[in-house]
Amino acid sequence: MAKIKGTVVIDTEECKGCGLCIGACPQHVLELSNDVNNKGYHFSFMKNPDKFMKDPDECIGCSNCATVCPDACISVYRLKI
Amino acid sequence: MDTNKLTQQDIIRQGEQVYKRPKLLLDNTMHYCPGCSHGVVHRLVAEVIEELGIQEKTIGVCPVGCSVFAYNYIDIDWQEASHGRAPAVATGISRVNPDKFVFTYQGDGDLASIGAAEIMHACNRGENIAVIFINNAIYGMTGGQMAPTTLLGQVTATTPKGRNVERNGYPLKITELIAQLPGTSYVTRQSVETSVSVRKCKTAIKKAFKNALAKKGTSFVEVVSTCNSGWKMSPVKANKWMEENMFPFYPVGDLKDGDKADPALYSKKN
Ligand SMILES: Cc1ncc(C[n+]2csc(CCOP(=O)(O)OP(=O)(O)O)c2C)c(N)n1
Ligand SMILES: [Mg+2]
Repeated sequence: MAKIKGTVVIDTEECKGCGLCIGACPQHVLELSNDVNNKGYHFSFMKNPDKFMKDPDECIGCSNCATVCPDACISVYRLKI
Repeated sequence: MDTNKLTQQDIIRQGEQVYKRPKLLLDNTMHYCPGCSHGVVHRLVAEVIEELGIQEKTIGVCPVGCSVFAYNYIDIDWQEASHGRAPAVATGISRVNPDKFVFTYQGDGDLASIGAAEIMHACNRGENIAVIFINNAIYGMTGGQMAPTTLLGQVTATTPKGRNVERNGYPLKITELIAQLPGTSYVTRQSVETSVSVRKCKTAIKKAFKNALAKKGTSFVEVVSTCNSGWKMSPVKANKWMEENMFPFYPVGDLKDGDKADPALYSKKN
């Protein structure tokens, strides 16, 4: 059966750390960083993106995070394998 | 392919980009607070205009309110209006330029209080425009004062003990009033707190824009929204508060979907 692998790229400098994408993710692959960006926000990021490829909770590229993002700073990619 | 060895770069390079920032959204960082519904709706407006291919013929009218700077964010022609007057300004623009598509983008303070007359008459005349109405139940820009749409009991800067019916009157369901007007063809209430609601809201905005392009009278899309700064909550908590408190009073869904009223029903008999 074809499987989908997804990933997201977050523009961490544009992110304002509202956290809405984190709640929208069905796979719980996003979290807020301890670090801050140049605007001073704790930005959202995909924790160890390569590790998540192997995790059961990996990104499925559903775009839910990007859909709720008020700052349009998330790009989503999908690969059929 | 050994999927365990796939890296993020492999997916980006070999895969397909299923979501990207709309081209019409300019690079300027929006001045909105983190988690503000305005940002999501701006993105949807940009996506819809891009998908309909009407960038060159679209003229937006900005209100006074937090979205006063909308012209800095979406790459179309804009006209700023004074507080509440966007529907009157849009009327002029669309009548002088019938080949253009004109929409207003207004907050609840702008549309339902100072501009209540303008929106009522534009909708009653059935101007061929679309209206995006951001109802966050508060005057966001000026520091969170009570709006006509503020719920009873809701705490704002000017109702520190909660809105009280004796002192402040009832919250105004202006979208229900607008649905009664013969000039409107499509009146709907949407929200943007989940990915499902965002997708539905986008469909509604697209329908409203298509109606205006087809000269079907006024189309009106209310978006029940959050103002987490004004409400003094986190963005996530504001969404939850909206679901629990706003949705029972402002239920999401279509109020009207069809055509303007038949003029025969409004004409003298002989
Ligand atoms: C004629 C006039 N009266 C009052 C104001 C002050 N004012 C600016 S924004 C605003 C309310 C905006 O609230 P809303 O339309 O709900 O927009 P939001 O900021 O909540 O998106 C007011 C009263 C003004 N700019 N002009
Ligand atoms: Mg408001």
